[in-house]
Amino acid sequence: MVAQNIAFAIMAVTMLVSAVRMVTTRNVVHAALYLVIVLAGAAGIFILLGAEFVGVTQVMVYIGAIVVLFLFGIMLTKGSFGDDDGVDGERRSMAAMVGALVLAVMAAALIDTFRDAELSRAQPSLTADIGDLIFSQYIVPFEAISVLLLAALIGAIVVARGD
Amino acid sequence: MYLNQFLLLSAALFAIGVYGVLARRNGVLVLMSIELILNAVNINLVAFAAFGNQLAGEVFALFVIAVAAAEVGVGLAMILLLYRNRKSIDLTQIDLMRG
Repeated sequence: MVAQNIAFAIMAVTMLVSAVRMVTTRNVVHAALYLVIVLAGAAGIFILLGAEFVGVTQVMVYIGAIVVLFLFGIMLTKGSFGDDDGVDGERRSMAAMVGALVLAVMAAALIDTFRDAELSRAQPSLTADIGDLIFSQYIVPFEAISVLLLAALIGAIVVARGD
Repeated sequence: MYLNQFLLLSAALFAIGVYGVLARRNGVLVLMSIELILNAVNINLVAFAAFGNQLAGEVFALFVIAVAAAEVGVGLAMILLLYRNRKSIDLTQIDLMRG
């Protein structure tokens, strides 16, 4: 239990620092690399919670595919901005206020609701069980997702194709 | 481990993502901040799956990951189109439909 809490603390602090750096850094490429750290931390959190399959999927889909897509997007739009130069102060302070307000409301509600509820899962969840669930109870959303992915694929090609 | 430590981490990530969406002007960075928000949601889903000792939360986290992949593909295509037409991805300059 102690080891798990130490692991959680390390990952949580790393994720929060990287996330803050990601939304404040001026260099877009650095922002993408900070995003990698946050996503890897999230994968670690999933494994800590016993959701191995979700953690591995997170690494493969997010770090393997989506971040590469982001890097390509940054590369192809380079020179327009290069660096996201100083955001005007008013925008930034308003955004910070909204963010702080969201955090305050959610934190108050969460602490009030789940005061010291303990996690009870004894062993990690089995990938076979997840597969069973997806292909029985959740087959309709699964098929919908596959159609959505196809539509997004075709849509992205049509939108981004030159002339 | 308490449930709340995961929920509060996720809430903090969510708030940082909201800040990123509102404060940044670069379109790619706004998309990245949206990914941050979706990840916060995923942590919530998996934490509740572990809390309730059932798998539905993990299945929905997988669905969210798939939808996020689709969203990034279409979003980046739109930003590329924007860049090609306007030579800029500064979202404060996209005000053609402003009244």
